[in-house]
Amino acid sequence: MNKTFNQKAWYFVIPVFVLVAFNAAVPLMTVVNYSFQETFGSNVFAWEGTRWFKEILHSERFHASLGRQAIFTFIILLIQLPLGIFIALTMPKKGWGVPVCLILMSMPLLIPWNVVGAMWNIFALPDIGFLGNSLNSIGFDYNFTQQSGDAWFTTILMDVWHWTSLVVLLSYAGLNSIQPAYYQAAEIDGASRWDIFRYIELPKMKKVLTLAILLRFMDSFMIYTEPFVLTGGGPGNATNFLSLDLVKMALGQFDLGPAAAMSLIYFLIVLLICWIFYSLMMKNEART
Amino acid sequence: MSLELKEVEKKVGIETHIYPTNLKLEKNTINVLLGSTLAGKTTLMQIMAGLDKPTSGEIWFNGENVTGKEVQKRNCSMVYQQFINYPNFTVFDNIASPLKITGINSDEIKQRVGKVAELLKLSAMLNKKPDELSGGQQQRTALARALVKDSDLILLDEPLANLDFKLREELREELPKLFEDRDCIVVYATTEPLDALMIGGNTATLLEGNVVQYGKTLDVYSKPDNLTSAKVFSDPPMNIAEITKSGDNFKLVDNNVQWKSNVNIKDGNYKIGIRPHNITTYKEGSNSVEINGKVLISELSGSESLIHFTNGKLNWVSLSNGIQQRNIGEDTKLHMNVDEFLYFDQNNRLVNHG
Repeated sequence: MNKTFNQKAWYFVIPVFVLVAFNAAVPLMTVVNYSFQETFGSNVFAWEGTRWFKEILHSERFHASLGRQAIFTFIILLIQLPLGIFIALTMPKKGWGVPVCLILMSMPLLIPWNVVGAMWNIFALPDIGFLGNSLNSIGFDYNFTQQSGDAWFTTILMDVWHWTSLVVLLSYAGLNSIQPAYYQAAEIDGASRWDIFRYIELPKMKKVLTLAILLRFMDSFMIYTEPFVLTGGGPGNATNFLSLDLVKMALGQFDLGPAAAMSLIYFLIVLLICWIFYSLMMKNEART
Repeated sequence: MSLELKEVEKKVGIETHIYPTNLKLEKNTINVLLGSTLAGKTTLMQIMAGLDKPTSGEIWFNGENVTGKEVQKRNCSMVYQQFINYPNFTVFDNIASPLKITGINSDEIKQRVGKVAELLKLSAMLNKKPDELSGGQQQRTALARALVKDSDLILLDEPLANLDFKLREELREELPKLFEDRDCIVVYATTEPLDALMIGGNTATLLEGNVVQYGKTLDVYSKPDNLTSAKVFSDPPMNIAEITKSGDNFKLVDNNVQWKSNVNIKDGNYKIGIRPHNITTYKEGSNSVEINGKVLISELSGSESLIHFTNGKLNWVSLSNGIQQRNIGEDTKLHMNVDEFLYFDQNNRLVNHG
């Protein structure tokens, strides 16, 4: 075998290395660097080992915001998935209703996140906001800036309004890819509406629904902008979700070390859950 | 047992999908609906099944008017061009699904599924899911589902169209046997004349929402009522030419190809239909006439040669056995088998054959 050895191909790989280095590796390593050190400003650092990690993992504050985060994500998944599927099932399949519904559904997704927060903030204000004012005038004692229950209610409502459309659009696409012959065959078999949903529509939507769950999990677990504008994490710490807490720690208190450790733990949690989810998904894929 | 369509018509908006149709299908018969895409085969089947209602007209089954009776309450099954099975059921559960709904006990279900699975060579795959099967096996599963419940009416809507050539031939051979001893009416839709001939039974030729002719498959093939039916039932397409007849002299209007025949029709102008395999590069039959042509295309399939040629203003298609190499543009001489000509009058009705 006469092979010419030429290593010039490596030059073609360099741009990728540079890009990945600057947008992922370098920032991440900076954070890793902070997480093992203590700083008092003026670029003076002292080695602290794993102290910050231990502190964060045992900190009640972190447990509390992680708990809030988990509950929030769980609730919105619980609402958005069934609701999204239900809306997709009731959407028209042909005619002028299709573009109208699709456009209406896409609208919330097109609005910038901080605008969504600001919109809902004003909308829900108890004195002048339409929602807040209406609720109070029909007898509810509603004030999302002062009562934690109301703050949660408003945040969840906002997220459902903002993101259910994504589940709807994905489910709708999944439903539309089912050939009409499936419905006819089921009809001939004498299957009920529920049977059709359970044995045809749901299995056929499996892939898009997995994708929807994955996307909604990641987005909601890392939610920042909307609650920041709507409640700012309040009242008190009631809606202080993980990323809000992280930013407060890093930029509010300038605790760079603990914040870095926290963001790494946060990152690993998201990565772990996504990885578990992804491998489950791929396992099913490989089997079929 | 019989299925009868009486003046059945289907309109969607201003479009007519099925023109008023009368058709009577008897029990223990296989009936082929033959026609190109959009001829109305699927619509007709859906009306038969009760999946779709006719705009007007009636459907009678066993002497009972079933127009508007829901499909669930009729005892019919259907197989589609696409391989339709429940995606997350095993083959066994798929085949058993129509039985489970009727509430038959599980021992009998097991036994009946086993029997049908064996008939369709699925016994080894009962625990697999549809995605793990080949296209042919998926379609066999769908067929098994249709057979397992002893339907009165089994509708097959181009069941072989999505299969590979080999699998299609294999399944096509088995199909007529599957329905042999069954007490049911089978309706089989296809676009391919060859399917109809191989399946046998009865054939209805369809064109643009009209049932052109219905009868025994071989009769429809060899004695088409009219030119339309003949065209639908010919692949490659039938050659059609204008002729004049005086005495026993016949002549193509377009040029001076002439022949003698004692076909008993009045003198005058006619159309003849010649199937491609009756124009060959060699003499066939006792009575043949030569035709010269310029080769347009020549396609060899190994066992057959398809030669397209022009003669006069017309394009002709010929089909010969074996490899008959012709070059494009070449002048060639072919032989037409006069005994196989179909004669149509000016209204396109068949007046004589052979």
